[in-house]
Amino acid sequence: MDRKVWMGLLARAPAEVLDGLWRGLGLVPAYRWLRAPEVGGVMVQGRAGGTGAPFNLGEMTVTRCALALEGGAVGHAYVQGRDKRQAEQAALVDALMQGPEAGRVRAAVLEPLAAEMEARAGLRAAKAAATKVEFFTLVRGDD
Amino acid sequence: MYVAVKGGERAIENAHAWLAEERRGDPSVPELSVAQIRTQMALAVNRVMAEGSLYDPDLAALAIKQARGDLIEAVFLIRAYRTTLPRFGASRPVETGDMRCDRRISATFKDAPGGQVLGPTFDYTHRLLDFKLAAEGEVPPAPQSETQAGPVPHITDFLNRDGLIQTEERSDEAPPDLTRQPLEFPANRALRLQALTRGDEGFVLGLAYSTQRGYARNHAFVGELRIGRVTVEMEVPELGFAIAIGEVELTECETVNQFAGSKTEPAQFTRGYGLVFGQTERKAISMALVDRALRWRELGEDNLGAPAQDEEFVLSHCDNIQATGFLEHIKLPHYVDFQSELELVRRLRAEAQAAREAAE
Repeated sequence: MDRKVWMGLLARAPAEVLDGLWRGLGLVPAYRWLRAPEVGGVMVQGRAGGTGAPFNLGEMTVTRCALALEGGAVGHAYVQGRDKRQAEQAALVDALMQGPEAGRVRAAVLEPLAAEMEARAGLRAAKAAATKVEFFTLVRGDD
Repeated sequence: MYVAVKGGERAIENAHAWLAEERRGDPSVPELSVAQIRTQMALAVNRVMAEGSLYDPDLAALAIKQARGDLIEAVFLIRAYRTTLPRFGASRPVETGDMRCDRRISATFKDAPGGQVLGPTFDYTHRLLDFKLAAEGEVPPAPQSETQAGPVPHITDFLNRDGLIQTEERSDEAPPDLTRQPLEFPANRALRLQALTRGDEGFVLGLAYSTQRGYARNHAFVGELRIGRVTVEMEVPELGFAIAIGEVELTECETVNQFAGSKTEPAQFTRGYGLVFGQTERKAISMALVDRALRWRELGEDNLGAPAQDEEFVLSHCDNIQATGFLEHIKLPHYVDFQSELELVRRLRAEAQAAREAAE
């Protein structure tokens, strides 16, 4: 799991799931803010026809922050929505993943988080699969 | 024009206090929570996100509660909030081909590769009121089936492989943004699509219907309609690479429309496109039909003078917040304006009376 992957996971995580896993980890690292949590908007773009020229679809809310651990590791977070605690926890995870605690954080936070999100997506996919249809066109008789 | 008036502060305060009480309704009935609105009025939430042009289900649910279910008022609240947000940047264009689909249907190909998936649809329901919903009760879990891994490609890709449909030329040109620059005409397609996706569902639906009834008819088939979740990615300058910053639910509609072609170019289907926040398929189909009608110039068609072909008309009137702002302002005090008109009418009447008397 590289940094791009775990940051993306933390960005999309349900806040209450991340919170539970973070508390379960039991680490309380000292840090200072480089950028305190800030709520803003990101303009989401689509493409005309799905594949053509970009256009602006509308904004989404995002919360970002940056912090430095005492050891110097810098953690960044961009998370969906307006939950400043989620952004803080995501930045702490990002910073810890660059240091000696990486293995423990991966096992206690990132892997269960990925599994939970995959399970949720899998459940929707399974319900969608149950509504898959085969249409038949009926041949009209000549008589 | 209306001018400032003074006074009425107490009446206004009391009116707002009464509004709050009426919003709450009968206190013997439990209060609605924002989470209940978000999860059980999800299609209203989706509409408010789409027309408010801000993807945030909690905020949209709060706005619906505050607006007492008036969805245009809720859109107004979301638009006002949106203007307070600092803009962190723009995402990469979302890849709808990688959508995790809840629903995916085609009206043109029954054997669409990847299959047809109905999803949680109202289609094929009998539209009979279900009185069971008036009572509380458990809902049985939805059935599940084995999923088949594998891509669900866009159906228009297959048509395009044989050159049967016009290609959407890929580009990375930065699109105009009508939240930053005022609308100017002629508008390019990117600007039209932005205006349509946040436009009023009823207005866009009415225009789309007008094209079906013959006002610039363009013979649309729903080539594909898909609803699902896509990952949103953004380049983060301080990191130097792109990361996923979230996931949004979208509805995408691609229409396959009648031909363009000429003596030198072979006949080809043309396209209309709709892409809207949330599960909003009526809006997405409407958007695709109106997008197609507005493309008459680039596709070398005649301007038939139909409303749906007139981009100035469509884009200037599809925004329900602009429309309601201007419409509703006429109920605010216009005493000075009206006074001058009243005096004018009295003078005209007096002059006419005098002329009549002089003639007698």
